[in-house]
Amino acid sequence: MRALKRLTAVEFKLFLRDPAAFFWTLIFPVALVVIIGSIPSSRKYSPELGARGIDYYTPVVLVMSFALLALFITPGYLVGYREKGILRRLSTTPVGPARVLIAQLVVQMTTAIVTTVLVLGTAGLLWGVKLPSNVGGFLLAFLLSVGTLLAIGLFLASVLSTTKAATSMGSALFFPLMFFAGLYVPRELMPAAVATIGDVTPLGASVLAFNDAAASGSPSLTTLAVLAAYAVVFGVAAARLFRWE
Amino acid sequence: MSVIVVSDLRKQYDQKVVVDGLSFTVEEGEIFGILGPNGAGKTTTVECVAGLRKPDGGSISVYGLDPQRDAAKLHHILGMQLQQSEMPDKLRVAEAMELYASFYDDPADWRELMTDVGLKDKADSAFNKLSGGQKQRLSIALALVGSPKVAILDELTTGLDPAARRDTWELVEEVRDRGITVLLVTHFMEEAERLCDRLAIIDGGKIVALDTPTGLVAHVDTEQKVRFRPASALDDTLLTALPEVTSVERHGRQVVVTGTGNLVHAVTSVLVQHQIIAMDLRAEQASLDDAFIALTGRRFDHSAQ
Repeated sequence: MRALKRLTAVEFKLFLRDPAAFFWTLIFPVALVVIIGSIPSSRKYSPELGARGIDYYTPVVLVMSFALLALFITPGYLVGYREKGILRRLSTTPVGPARVLIAQLVVQMTTAIVTTVLVLGTAGLLWGVKLPSNVGGFLLAFLLSVGTLLAIGLFLASVLSTTKAATSMGSALFFPLMFFAGLYVPRELMPAAVATIGDVTPLGASVLAFNDAAASGSPSLTTLAVLAAYAVVFGVAAARLFRWE
Repeated sequence: MSVIVVSDLRKQYDQKVVVDGLSFTVEEGEIFGILGPNGAGKTTTVECVAGLRKPDGGSISVYGLDPQRDAAKLHHILGMQLQQSEMPDKLRVAEAMELYASFYDDPADWRELMTDVGLKDKADSAFNKLSGGQKQRLSIALALVGSPKVAILDELTTGLDPAARRDTWELVEEVRDRGITVLLVTHFMEEAERLCDRLAIIDGGKIVALDTPTGLVAHVDTEQKVRFRPASALDDTLLTALPEVTSVERHGRQVVVTGTGNLVHAVTSVLVQHQIIAMDLRAEQASLDDAFIALTGRRFDHSAQ
């Protein structure tokens, strides 16, 4: 336990010494909310979106920050640690390599929480975006969304062997998945078939879960099932395929 | 007392046999070397000893522990410096030491250890700002921070410049002076000759010789040369009469004696008997390189890495 605490503290320090990591996962999402909200049209009700632009984009930005974290940071760190022989070195000590993985997940979960608070806080204070009224539903959406994405990140860390491959794969997944999440074209403006496909992608379902939570208090059962299925499939695959060396 | 006992160790990857029936014992407090060309099975052998790999056959005991079955206990008494193992780039020296110390129940004083390996001035330096020699010293310190009884050091001077290599050698001798048994893997003859109390030369997964460095060299019956300038007249027959001497040549005032066995001793004894002072005496003795060639019938490959 002492070793795990120390490892987690060290992983936090390393994360904060990595400007690229905290820029993309902490600063960039908040900056995006500020920028989107400062465009006057985004603060007006849009009949097409059924909401103001900023209201529509706040959960999208939140999901984007989770995706940046899980598709780039998680595999980047873990593959790098394997590549450098750090995991192997740890397996010669009494604590073993599994705890560094736990420490990483603690750091990333914490980052996701901090980003969520900052993004919602900024959106609420500056642009009057309503905070989630149903805390339980919101927490459920948060946990499933972050859990699913981290499971995908761990899966990538399990099957990729170089940091270079991890970065390319992260980009290859991030951009198309963010499309389905409605970052480039709002989901409401997509053709129905495309939007339906989006609903069953991890990022699309995550955005949907937050929207459901905001609208009706809880994510729909379908959305919950989609996210849970991804989390289980990728989580199990990661646990089976992860190599320490 | 034998603290590491390896008997009939076997390991193969796919169809390739890498370790083919190795047996050796390591005594408490010695530096035991495993020397051999690349691909000889050195690293695989010590990784089996450290419990990182599961042997396909044979048995290993480290202070009575089986590396596979008693891995948890083994990690408390065995420290390992791995070949090509790094730390996170931004991790600082003191942080790495403190972190690794927290892994053990009864760790060494990490600040003292950091000073001992000469990294006190670098305590706040990030890993990626260290030189190759400093990284290796940190790696050794991390292997020692748990106060192990056995330290395994794998290829620790590969890639270091000669000065850093010498510093590292001194450090290894200090490790032995702490009473830690050292299992050293190397493909540098000079390193093995300088550091090891005993060493096993392995080739193709088998031990071809196991002895002290001097013992290994002594068994090699290769030609040696002794060169000197006699300060007074010297009759060549004094030298050619010696059984060790095969030929005597003169290059100007320099005498070159060629022979086998303990040639230096034979020649100098004769010179002392006849009160002839030998100036600029130089002996070209057999080295471990010669021993390796004699034992395996081929040259030791220095260049490969």
